[in-house]
Amino acid sequence: MSNTMEKRLQKELMKLVSEPPAGVTFDSESADSKLTLWKVKVVGAKDTLYDGESFILQFKFTPKYPFESPQVIFIGPNIPVHPHIYSNGHICLSILTDDWSPALSVQAVCLSIVSMLSSCKKKVRPPDNVVYVSTCSKNPKKTNWYYHDDSQS
Amino acid sequence: MESDEEGIYDVESDASINYNSSDDGIYSEGENTAHGEANDFMDEPTSYKCLTSDQIFNYMMKVVDEVNAILQLPPHITCILLNHFKWDKEKLMERYYEGDQDKIFEEAQTINPFRLKGKVVSSNTNNITSFSMQSTKRPLTTQEVCDICYLPSQHMNGLQCGHFFCIDCWNEYLRIKIIDEGQGQKIACPANDCNILTDYETILSLLRGSDIKTKYHQRLTDGFVMSHHLMKWCPSPGCSVVVKVTTAGTRNVTCICGHAFCFHCLQPIHEPVRCPLLKKWLRKCNDDSETAHWISANTKECPKCRATIEKNGGCNHMICQNKSCKFDFCWICLSAWSPHGSSWYNCNRYDANDSVAARTAQEKSRAALNRYLFYCDRYMNHRQSLELEHKLYSKIKFKMEEMQQHNMSWIEVQFLKKAVDILCKCRNTLKYTYVFAFYLRSNNQATIFEANQKDLEMATERLSEYLERDVTTDELSNIKQKVQDKAKYCEGRCEALLRHVYEGYDMDLWEYLDE
Ligand SMILES: [Zn+2]
Ligand SMILES: [Zn+2]
Ligand SMILES: [Zn+2]
Ligand SMILES: [Zn+2]
Ligand SMILES: [Zn+2]
Ligand SMILES: [Zn+2]
Repeated sequence: MSNTMEKRLQKELMKLVSEPPAGVTFDSESADSKLTLWKVKVVGAKDTLYDGESFILQFKFTPKYPFESPQVIFIGPNIPVHPHIYSNGHICLSILTDDWSPALSVQAVCLSIVSMLSSCKKKVRPPDNVVYVSTCSKNPKKTNWYYHDDSQS
Repeated sequence: MESDEEGIYDVESDASINYNSSDDGIYSEGENTAHGEANDFMDEPTSYKCLTSDQIFNYMMKVVDEVNAILQLPPHITCILLNHFKWDKEKLMERYYEGDQDKIFEEAQTINPFRLKGKVVSSNTNNITSFSMQSTKRPLTTQEVCDICYLPSQHMNGLQCGHFFCIDCWNEYLRIKIIDEGQGQKIACPANDCNILTDYETILSLLRGSDIKTKYHQRLTDGFVMSHHLMKWCPSPGCSVVVKVTTAGTRNVTCICGHAFCFHCLQPIHEPVRCPLLKKWLRKCNDDSETAHWISANTKECPKCRATIEKNGGCNHMICQNKSCKFDFCWICLSAWSPHGSSWYNCNRYDANDSVAARTAQEKSRAALNRYLFYCDRYMNHRQSLELEHKLYSKIKFKMEEMQQHNMSWIEVQFLKKAVDILCKCRNTLKYTYVFAFYLRSNNQATIFEANQKDLEMATERLSEYLERDVTTDELSNIKQKVQDKAKYCEGRCEALLRHVYEGYDMDLWEYLDE
């Protein structure tokens, strides 16, 4: 079981290092030896509200990966100001919980987050940010997410 | 699957218990002799069945077959459609023949087998074998890379949506869904953004190991019961029986384990109050747990000599154990017992004049609390009495044995058990009459209701007192006649009260307070 996880993460890692998609950079040194914790750098795309900014995404994998989704949060000093991203780095994105599929990957998650940033029209925190951040669990997967309709952001 | 299904669809055969009540006069005299079971709270001319776990799977396949006789689809697809329609056959057929069939398949998250791979197969064909397998295996000529493990495999499998994964990944995926997440009927294709549901035929062909197959069967039937609009699990702890009603209106059911419950809200039977009011009441009681706790305390002081009295039977006629006092009083209202047997008894009725006089907000809230405490106290008392009365069954058993030693047959002494059954039923009804009364706005019908409640309460206390005390001292020859008379009268009062309340529901005579 965890054999599947290690082999698959190894392959994902090699691909992400050798042919990274636009706006995503990954230094394999940043991963721990068992590959269960990754840090991926994401850069705001040109001509978007986040042009020139860079952010760090942290991925945590359980032995059930890829059947279970990774835990993904923004970490570090710069957390993107975005209507679906809380100031503690938690992200409201359905593929990270309910809509996760084992056919998704680290790369697919990164690209989905980059596109979520690119389509943003106004840099604001979610309306319930203060309440959520003071009451939520450390693990965003423990949150019962109510997924906002993107067309309204 | 095919081999062991022969002849197992006869759910209605011996093993399952069939409760059919007759259609005529449910409250009429003598009706109860037709099914003199304990906790027989039949109130509707309807029927229900109790199914054990083996029978449920067979019943599910029977429903699939019945529908398929008409729709002519592969059974595993019918199963998905039926589950989408909460196993309402009529609704599925109606939508299937009146509406847009493609839309039904889409809504149910499956693929119309008549439209496989873009080709429209004539829907007039009766030849089901032309699309028997929902899962598809690719030819073994090329090795493909699985999208989950990223490894090449020769054993790629998928649903009709065309997403293929290796057999190992399928097994791991299904294991997590079935074992860890407890899913069965609603496991979707693992591909991203694909909501097509797996069918039992594909899953059983993919799964390796009999343990997981057994587990999957169980999850399928669990899902079936959960989504079936006419089925519920018996809420008694440890009981795995499913109760299936014939019409949605059926309310009071008794499981083969003996537990009697309301099919709608799963609470123990709560005649005459309806589920929403009961829910409101239970929430109020929980909010007021402190006052409720105070009320349910089962020690009180004798109103005359202040000696502490503990209640150990269901009867509310108390006699102080202090030899120099021996005061007869009512446990509920703490006043002398003597009027409780007569016409000016009003232990059940809250005197609303107390609250009319209230002028200030504080007085009003105190009056409201007093009123609540009045009804809550009586509700709690009958609840407690009911619990204590269950102890009567063992007491009565001794009496029945004694009577059998005095030339009475087993059949002849059953009247005692039946009397305790009636007593428990009346206690239970009385308990819930106080919930009903608490929310009831006073009008002419409410006054009649209170009179009925009073009569039932007096009759119940008399029966309770006789069974608890006098039965041990009375002459054996007197007992049968006395018990039967009291029980019959009590039962009649209970039926009269219920009939009146239900007539009120039918004719919309009840008005409620917004408590
Ligand atoms: Zn695979
Ligand atoms: Zn699919
Ligand atoms: Zn049961
Ligand atoms: Zn109910
Ligand atoms: Zn006393
Ligand atoms: Zn009283």
